[in-house]
Amino acid sequence: MAAPAFSNPIVRWIDHRLPIFSFMHHEMHEYPTPKNLNYFWNFGSLAGFMLITMIVTGIVLAMHYTPHASLAFQSVERIMRDVNYGWLVRYLHMNGASFFFIVTYIHIFRGLYYGSYKTPRELLWMLGVVILLLMMATAFMGYVLPWGQMSFWGATVITNFFTAIPIVGDAITTWLWGGYSVDNATLNRFFSLHYLLPFVILAVVGVHVMALHRHGSNNPLGIDMKGPQDSISFHPYYTVKDYFGIAVFLLFYAGFVFFAPNFFGEPDNYIAANPLSTPPHIVPEWYFLPFYAILRAVPDLWIIDAKLAGVIAMFGSIILLFFLPWLDHSPVRSARFRPAYRFFFWVLVLACLVLGWVGANSPDASFHGVPFLWIGRIATSYYFLHFLVILPILGYVEKPKPLPLSISEPVLKRTAYGAKTMEKA
Amino acid sequence: MANSLQAGAATGHGPGAGGEATRRDFLVLATAALGAVGIASVAWPLIDQMNPAADVLALSTTEVDIAPVEVGQAITVVWRGKPVFVRHRTPEEIKSAEDTPLGDLKDPQPDSARVQKPEWLVMIGVCTHLGCIPKGQMPTDDKGEYGGWFCPCHGSVYDTSGRIRKGPAPLNLAVPPYKFLTDTSLLIGEAPDAKPATGEAA
Ligand code: HEM
Ligand code: FES
Repeated sequence: MAAPAFSNPIVRWIDHRLPIFSFMHHEMHEYPTPKNLNYFWNFGSLAGFMLITMIVTGIVLAMHYTPHASLAFQSVERIMRDVNYGWLVRYLHMNGASFFFIVTYIHIFRGLYYGSYKTPRELLWMLGVVILLLMMATAFMGYVLPWGQMSFWGATVITNFFTAIPIVGDAITTWLWGGYSVDNATLNRFFSLHYLLPFVILAVVGVHVMALHRHGSNNPLGIDMKGPQDSISFHPYYTVKDYFGIAVFLLFYAGFVFFAPNFFGEPDNYIAANPLSTPPHIVPEWYFLPFYAILRAVPDLWIIDAKLAGVIAMFGSIILLFFLPWLDHSPVRSARFRPAYRFFFWVLVLACLVLGWVGANSPDASFHGVPFLWIGRIATSYYFLHFLVILPILGYVEKPKPLPLSISEPVLKRTAYGAKTMEKA
Repeated sequence: MANSLQAGAATGHGPGAGGEATRRDFLVLATAALGAVGIASVAWPLIDQMNPAADVLALSTTEVDIAPVEVGQAITVVWRGKPVFVRHRTPEEIKSAEDTPLGDLKDPQPDSARVQKPEWLVMIGVCTHLGCIPKGQMPTDDKGEYGGWFCPCHGSVYDTSGRIRKGPAPLNLAVPPYKFLTDTSLLIGEAPDAKPATGEAA
């Protein structure tokens, strides 16, 4: 890479000492990007946009928020009623968390469909899983901060998972709480960590993008770029496409912020936390529902009681994603050329949606006579079977469709084919 | 050997020409180990600061007046930030708790091991599954099919001795340390010096 000749002398002076402009030119301007990316490739930049939005609105909220068990709830109400535009900043942050997860989940399923986790992008994928875990921790602790009934009881239920650990479980839980129940000490440390973790996410995103730029984006065909004819420069082609994506995304995000700001929330969280009364139906935020369903689906297994087994299955469902690049050993990336994989991919999407639906319902309720517990068990079994059994087997038995020779080839062939049919006619 | 040492010294690092360890490798290891020991030696205060602080520990006993609690009634008091259930059991409740065969229990414990006086059942009111507060203290509450407590979160059912009978919770509701100061007052947080005879319950 030759440093571009900058015309501005100040830029030249700085760049000679600190090559920040060359770096940006290289990574955000001339960076060669496959020319066939579809709109699913917009979701990475959307996730980055949401991360920045969360950090900016979060820092503003922290200027008015008080992390104390007896003051937190009122301070959030004060943000809503008295602070100038406080309602807007809080609704942006609150709905922002939901939209951050929507965007990230689509981004992840994009990767699953097009095989973006396969060599040489294994570390890129694994860093993504780390980001997902950090996001979950951040969102969980953020939800505790307004100290409403769902904040308190959600925190109680989730931190109690740790009591499932044999022998040291109780000591670890007391340590996490800083007391014998979720209380002021817990709220304080959650605030401290909720402020910290987004910046850790920012750093991991940096490394994630570094790994991405090593080999460049995957693409809907899942084949490598063979030369300059297969790529276009990032700027202006993808900067403009990402801006367009952000504009469309903002229509939805702003729509909820202004017209249905409490759509994703739970009314119970507008009741101040009461440690002596459990709400009749504790539900986590929607983005945790599939995991909540897995937690509750698992029965006693051999010597492991249901509580520990549920916790292992829940964390296992994410940890397993770290091993995905090796579980799915088919050399073909894109589901376009893997008919069997494409079928199972959609079954997985369905299983995840069903898990979310089961997580929102009480386990002893039933749907047309089928208990939710069993629907959850079937969907949970499929989730694990998909990754641990079906994918490894498909790698051996599936016959992929022939791959195009290059990203440009299908386009060229289409014209060649068109010419041929014209000849015949 | 002399050759490989020279090679190591010449490049200043890395294994010798034959791949064997050099004095430089020892220095790398020693540096890393010293760093690790240094970090480990200051880590404990940073970890332990998260454990309950002295003022939190100081709130560890609660005195309760049980005189106004009639047979069949229950009260909930706060101890260490958690609810403690005190139920004045009816003779039927005591009998069904005592007559339950241990073989029917997931966490087998005779009723006599869970009470000091059979009329008074004192327990931490926190579901042993994931920490919700079971229903059953109020007369209008759903007490579950064993007449004890019912946890609405994931459906655990406890009997009139607070033992787990159904649902995902693994253990019986915990009995805190407590003692009778007088016939009508309890101190929760401190065990009795000598276990009082529990009469016919034994
Ligand atoms: C990864 C990025 C982040 C996520 C996913 C996230 C998520 C959340 C969530 C779900 C809530 C609860 C909203 C509610 O129901 O009221 C919350 C609250 C809060 N967050 Fe964040 N957050 C992020 C970044 C930040 C940052 C960087 C700060 C800076 C200090 C911050 C400060 C706060 C504060 C003060 C509250 C309490 C006020 C409130 O509840 O509205 N957040 N966060
Ligand atoms: S917390 Fe009581 S059943 Fe889960």
